[in-house]
Amino acid sequence: MLGALVIVFREVIEAGLVVGIVLAATRGIPGRGWWVSFGILLGVLGAGIVAIFAGAISNAFAGSGQELLNAVVLIVAVISLTWHNVWMAEHGREIAAEMRKVGIDVSEGRKPLTALTIVVFVAVMREGSEIVLFLYGIVVAGTDMSALLTGGILGLVAGAALTALSYYGLTAIPARYIFSVTGALIALLAAGMAAQAVHFLQAAGIVTTLGTKVWDSSWLLSDSSILGRLLHVLVGYTDRPTALQLVVYLATLATMFVLIRLARAEWPVRSAS
Amino acid sequence: MRLLLIALLALLGMASPGRAEEFSLTIKDHRFEPAELQVPAGHALTLNVTNQDASPEEFESNDLDIEKVIPGGQSAVIRVEPLDAGRYEFYGEYHEDSAKGVMVAK
Repeated sequence: MLGALVIVFREVIEAGLVVGIVLAATRGIPGRGWWVSFGILLGVLGAGIVAIFAGAISNAFAGSGQELLNAVVLIVAVISLTWHNVWMAEHGREIAAEMRKVGIDVSEGRKPLTALTIVVFVAVMREGSEIVLFLYGIVVAGTDMSALLTGGILGLVAGAALTALSYYGLTAIPARYIFSVTGALIALLAAGMAAQAVHFLQAAGIVTTLGTKVWDSSWLLSDSSILGRLLHVLVGYTDRPTALQLVVYLATLATMFVLIRLARAEWPVRSAS
Repeated sequence: MRLLLIALLALLGMASPGRAEEFSLTIKDHRFEPAELQVPAGHALTLNVTNQDASPEEFESNDLDIEKVIPGGQSAVIRVEPLDAGRYEFYGEYHEDSAKGVMVAK
C-alpha cells in the first residue's frame, strides 16, 4: 500500500504543480476552470492510451520511441507556455485591473487557455501514464487489490492537497503582482521542460553535440529526492546537466524575455492606459 | 505525429560515431540478471533490457541519467554514453526493494 501511495503521490504532485501554476496564471479569466478540467480529462485519457501502447511506443524508431514521444510533447508544452506568456504580456495588465469585475471578453481569453489546456494535458499524460503502468503492474502481480486502491487513493488525495496548497499560496499574492510572479514561474517551467526535451533527444541518440556533463551536484541535491523532483518540475533542476541542456535552458529564458518585450512594445496605447 | 518525428529524425541526422558495444540485462521476478554488469569504460554502450515479468518495470538510474519504461514481456534498447571508470547503480522504479543492480565500468 505504501509503495502505491508514494509513487502515485510523487507523480500527482509533479503534474499538480503544473496545474497549480496554470490555475494561478489564469486568475480572472472566465471559463478557465473548464479549460483546465478539459486538459486534465484529456491528460487522463492520454495517460491510459500511452500506457496501453507502451510496448509499441517503446519499440518505435529503433527503440527510441519513448524518448522521442517525451521530447515532442515537452516541446509542444514549451511552445504553449511561451505563447501564453507573450499573450499575458499584452493583456495581463487589463485582466489584473478587471480581476474583480465580471465580464471580461471571453474570446480574448480563448487563445492562452488553449495553450494552457495543452500544457495541463501534457503534464497529466506524462505523469499519469507512469501511474497507470505502475498500478497495472500491481494488478498483474496479484497483490491485494484493496491495499492498492487505498494507497493509490491516498496518494491521489495527498497530491491533490499539495496542488491546492500551491494554488492558494500563489493566489495570496496581490493582484498587482500575481501575473509577474506566474509569468516568471511559467518561464522557468518552460525552460526546465526545454532542457528535459534535450535530455530525451540525447538519450535517444539523436542529438550528440554538447553532451558533456557540466557539473555533478547529486551529492548536494539528488534528482531522486523529493525536493530534487519538485525543483526539477518547477525550475528544471537536474543534478547532472549536459552543456546542451544548459544552453537550451538559457536560450528558452532569453527567447521568452525578448518576445515579451516585443509584445509589450507593440501595445504602447494599452500599457499607457 | 509520425511524419513529424520522421522529419525531426531526418533533420537532426542519426549521427552516432563509432559502434556501441552491446550488453544484455534480464528482469525476472523483479530482479536484474545479472545484478552486476561489467562494461568497458570510455565506450558507447547499448543495453538490451528484457522484462520477463508480466508486469511493467521502469528502468531507472540517477547515476546514468536514464529513465525508461519496459512493459511486461517486452524488451527495450537503452543507450549509454561512454562512461568513466566507476560504479553506476540502477534500479526498477516499480519494485525498488528487489530490482537493484550496478554497472561497473573498467
